[in-house]
Formats: sequence, structure tokens, C-alpha cells
Amino acid sequence: MLSGLLGISTVSCERDYSEDVAFATFPAIGEIFNDTPVAMGSDFYFPYDGSKPTAWSVDNNVSYMGSASMRVDVPNANDPEGNYAGAIFRVDGEGSGRDLSGFDALTFYAKASQAVTIGEIGFGEDFGENKYVANLTNVDLTTNWTQFIIPIPDPSKLIQERGMLRYAAAGIGEPGFETGYTFWIDEVKFEKLGTIAQPKPAILGGEDVEEQGFSGSAIDLAGRNLTQTYNLGSGINQTVTAAPSYFNFVSSDIEVARVNELGIVSILKEGSATITATLDGVKATGSLTLQVGEDFEFAPDPTLPQSDVISIFSNAYTDVLVDTYNPYWDTSTTQGEQTVISGQDILHYTSLNYVAILTATELIDATDMTHIHFDLLTADAPANFIVKIKDFGDDGVDGGGDDQEVAYTVPSSQITSDEWAVLDIPLSNFVGLTNKSNIGSIIFESVGINDLYIDNVYYHK
Amino acid sequence: MNKRNTYKIKTALSSAIMFALGLLLMTSCDLDTTQTVAKLSTLVMQDEFDTNGAPNPEYWNIDEGTGPNNDGWGNGELQYYTNRTSNLTVQNGYLLITAQKEDYQGSAYTSAKIQTKTKVEHTYGRFEARIRVPYGQGMWPAFWLLGNDIDEVTWPQCGEIDIMEYTGDKPTILHGSVHGPGYSGGNPVTKTYELMSDRFDTGFHIFGIEWGPDYINYYVDDVLYNQITPDDAEGEWVFDHPFYIIINLAVGGTFPGPPSEETVFPQTMLVDYIRVYK
Repeated sequence: MLSGLLGISTVSCERDYSEDVAFATFPAIGEIFNDTPVAMGSDFYFPYDGSKPTAWSVDNNVSYMGSASMRVDVPNANDPEGNYAGAIFRVDGEGSGRDLSGFDALTFYAKASQAVTIGEIGFGEDFGENKYVANLTNVDLTTNWTQFIIPIPDPSKLIQERGMLRYAAAGIGEPGFETGYTFWIDEVKFEKLGTIAQPKPAILGGEDVEEQGFSGSAIDLAGRNLTQTYNLGSGINQTVTAAPSYFNFVSSDIEVARVNELGIVSILKEGSATITATLDGVKATGSLTLQVGEDFEFAPDPTLPQSDVISIFSNAYTDVLVDTYNPYWDTSTTQGEQTVISGQDILHYTSLNYVAILTATELIDATDMTHIHFDLLTADAPANFIVKIKDFGDDGVDGGGDDQEVAYTVPSSQITSDEWAVLDIPLSNFVGLTNKSNIGSIIFESVGINDLYIDNVYYHK
Repeated sequence: MNKRNTYKIKTALSSAIMFALGLLLMTSCDLDTTQTVAKLSTLVMQDEFDTNGAPNPEYWNIDEGTGPNNDGWGNGELQYYTNRTSNLTVQNGYLLITAQKEDYQGSAYTSAKIQTKTKVEHTYGRFEARIRVPYGQGMWPAFWLLGNDIDEVTWPQCGEIDIMEYTGDKPTILHGSVHGPGYSGGNPVTKTYELMSDRFDTGFHIFGIEWGPDYINYYVDDVLYNQITPDDAEGEWVFDHPFYIIINLAVGGTFPGPPSEETVFPQTMLVDYIRVYK
């Protein structure tokens, strides 16, 4: 209530509100940074895990307008403080926020020390529910100041938003050997341009996708290419990624599948259901049709004792610490990671080109192990499937010159559509992998197999 | 409205106020130009598009095809104009001209064009229409006038007054032009107007001219944004005889360029009314 009253006092010139005010309103402040951060409070910068926490600063020597800009020094890959830059800028104070419903875009000017593509710049991430995240992806910066416009997918949703700005940027070059650079952002603000028009929302990338589903399982639509596209005043169509909560999802048969406001599809029973969506009353292109058949058939249970196994992902064993089952690397199209079907954990990847399972925080010592095991199920036509094991070397970090990354190709002949392939690969097949004491990642890669389930990933002897 | 639609070169004037007060007084930062504003409020023609079906044949002729020389109406336009309801109809108080992407009579697009030759022709007056235009690369709607002596003296000697031209790739930009002998085609007397904090494709806007013996004033909504006089024309002033009205939605052509993959079809140009005052 207190913040609500404060909000009213800042937007009104008259002091005639009463204690009967029913709804809290929040200040409609658009500015985020001009020469200093604006109305962000004192504790507003929150770097992502693994990013260099000191990457951001205020640069009093460079500005598009006024006397200062925000400066981000993207680190080199071997920077001990973190190998990328990324953070959210969140309005300080639990229960605080801004009313952004009167604006239609986040705008800013940006340039970089060299022509470079930034992974993501957006807003709506608050490290809470992150309900209204929207991003520009692959943002091309040049050495000249350029204005960027990020349309708000549906401003009416943003009546109390704390996530004012977010960014994620990695260095340039080969993975593991990226070099850093600097970019600057200035005059960051939400504003009402009045020229943001002709919305064209899309889900599933605008495609009508049909998939097999299994009762008791769930699908997170957040990873399924949800976007909003607006035509800007310049005539350019600008697409932003949009979090599920911007959409209203509808299932054609809620007995078969239903979707909650966070975009989680719960698959309930056999049948067929098509998920469609609207965004602010506009029908989104694309749909997801789920053919829910018989219960999911899981891979055979592993039989080896825990003592002979280093488990990366299996309900049969205690797993080691895994950083992520999908780091969503820039050049990876792969969506999905661990999910639950009928109470069992399983890895489900879609649109796979390659994906990594990272154990960089606690490297795996597989010196005593003889095999890597995993089970693979796909409805796609059999194709070669590449497994790479990467040892980070004695320095224990990705890059640094002492890494070994060795691939083994599972031939298509070992894979049959719609049947579990139980793959037990001798580590000796990874020719040249002489170091196995600092394994930081396993990478799966395929051209032909794009939608697949993986289970029971472990090293054993 | 005036506050938002600031015009940077000449001082914007509220034509509504001018009409209401009938003032000849002008405010202009260009002191060398004497602008003339007349009070033109006697309605001599109006089509409110209140009868569903084809456009009223008392006023309108329907042009079909790709032009008399089959060259996209002299502009390399890509559409085939038809009289079919899917391209041209009046519904619910609006004239609807719809551009479709379809293979038709050797063209890749269809649309419509109507004009008032021999039916509504006037010398001087205030011509205005309330229109919502489409958007996207290649869309080229227009509301314009041609001299009725075009068949005798040919274009551009007959004169052309473009009250509204717009290309969908620039949704905030309006073009107002005149063409005549020595100033035609790619070299007309023209001015563009940029709508601030708004666009032409998201709502209706009033496009108009006030045309007198030695001036043509251009306005959009309540903003006067240009006056063209004989001094501006690098050739003979050919705007002292009757002109007829044309409304069309072209697709592609030399002015806008062809549609892109992102251009949305079908799209409709909506005309709420056309009015002519003396």
C-alpha cells in the first residue's frame, strides 16, 4: 500500500487522494538512463551467474546525448571473473515497480568498439516470475550510435514491472576463445512513440506444428519460439521474443491438454488437442497440435550398481552436479532440456542442431570409466548422431589451450524410429581423448535427428 | 492535434479554424510567400458510400486492366484492376479497395481503381477524402485529380493534382504533388509531410486540397502543409480547367517498388467519404 500511495503522489499534481484508494498504482516513469540511472533505486544491477559482475559501468567520457552513457566491457573467454557479460536492471524494492502500460516501446541508442552482434537486449526480467520478458535477439551494433526500438508486445500487461532492462553478450570468435569488446548504451527509456502498429504475433515460429505427446507430461511453450512483430514508424517490421504470459493460449480440447498463463502445457489423456493463442486480441500465427497416444514407454532401467557409475542424468542413480542440460548457445537452435513425463525425468530436445550438457562447475573425473551410456528415442528417420566429450584440461576452464574435444558418431544403423536406442559406447572409441579427469561437457549433435528424448546418461566401468 | 502534427518548414495552420472564421489572415514564417486561403464551404459533390454494393455509377467509372498500353498504367504497376467485389465494393459506409495477391490475367496482384471522368469534373474548389490506407512495401494508394482534357492535350499538359500519395514502406509519410508540362513524372512540384507520433495506416485521416485560380493548398487533418502557386511550377500552370477525381490502390511500380515477402495480402484501403466544395 505504501508504494502504491507513493506512486500516486508522483503522478498527480494534486494532494487529494484519500485513504480509500482501492488499487495500488505505480509510477509511470519511462526513463531508465540518461546520464545516470533514473529512479532505479540503489540496488538495481544483478549480473547473471557466470557473467563478469563488473562488466557494466557508467562512462563519463562517452555519450550519445548529455555527458555519460552506460558502458559494458564484454570480457575475453578466459577472464577469470566470467566469460560473458549479462545482467538485469531491476527497480529496487520488493513490491515496487513501474506502470509501463502507457508506453509502447523501450528505446535506446547503442554503439560498440567494433561491429558486433549482441545476443540479447530486452526487458521484463525481474528474477521473480519473469512473466513479461521481451527481447531483441542478435542485435547488430556498429561503431556509430544507432537507435534501437524494442516494441512492448502488449503494454497493458505492464502495470507493475520491475525488469527495466536486460542484456547478454559474449565475446567474438571460436567458442572457448572469444575476445571481448566494449559497447555503450545511452538514453534508455520506455516511451510512447505512437508509430508502433500492425501487430503480428506468432507461436511455434508461425508454423503449424504437430507432435506426439504423452499423458502426464508437460511442455513449456516458453522455449517454442513465441514472438510479437510490430511495424515501426520507419516501415520496418521489428520482431521481439515474447514470454508466454503476453499470450492467451487456448486448447481445442482441455480434457487432453491445457495451458496455464505461464505457458506450461499439461498433457492429461489420450486424444488430440491443438494449442492456439492470441496476443492482445490478435490471433497468433502458428499452432501446436498434440497427438496424445498410449502411455510413454521409457528406456530400459539401468542395471549397474551406483558404485560403477558416474551419472549425468538418470532417475536410477544419484546424478553429479550438472550446470545445465541446454545452455542455449548463440548458434544452437536446440530447444528444451529436462522435462517430466508421468513423474519420470527425461531430456526432451526439439529443433536440435547441437546441445551441450555442462558440468563446468564440478568437472567429472572419468579416468576409471570405460564407457559412456545414453538412451535415445526419436520419431525422426534414422540419421547419424554425434557425441562429443570435452575435457577442459588441467586448468579446469573452457578454453586456455589444453582442452580436448573428441567426437564419436553413432551410425544411423544403430537407430530405429520410435524405438529406444540403448547406446553403450566404449570411451576408447573417442580416439585422442587422453585426458578424462576434467570433463566439462557432453555435446549431442545431429543433422537428421531433431526431435528426440534422451535418458540415462552416465559414464560407467 | 496541431501540437502533435508539427510541421517544420511552414507554420502549421488549422484549416478547421480557417474555414470556421473564413479568415484570409495567414501566419507564416516564410514572409516572402503570400499564401491565399479561400472559404470553400458549399458542397457540390459528396459520396458518403452509404449504399452497399458497387460504387454509385452516377459518380464513378471503374477502370480495369493494366492500363491503355498494358504497361502498369505508365508506372510499371504490378496489379490488374478489376471490378470484382473482392477488389472493389461499398460496405457499411465505406468504399473498400482491396489488393489481393493472386494470379489473374497474367498479373500477380489484383486491386481496383475508380474515377469520375465526365461525371464529376470541377475547376477549383476544396476536394477532400477521409481515408485509411494499407501498409507494407509495395502498397501505393492514391487520391488524385486529372485534367479532363487529357484525351485532347495528353498528359502532363492536362495537369495532375495528387492530393494523397503514400507508399506502405513509409507509414508516416504523405506526398502531395502537382504534375504539368515541364514538371512531371519524377520531377513534379511536390512536398512530403511526416505525421508525428501517429501513422496513416492505423486510422482515418482527412486528405484535402483547396484549389483556386493561382494556388493549391494541401492539408491533412487540420494541418495545412503546403501551398503550390504558379511561381513554384517550372512550366506552364495548367490548373484552370475542370479536373476529375481518381481513387486507386496500386501494388508495386516505379514509385514504391515491388512488394516484399513481408507485405501482407490482402489489404484494404478504406474511404469513408469524398466531398467537393466550392
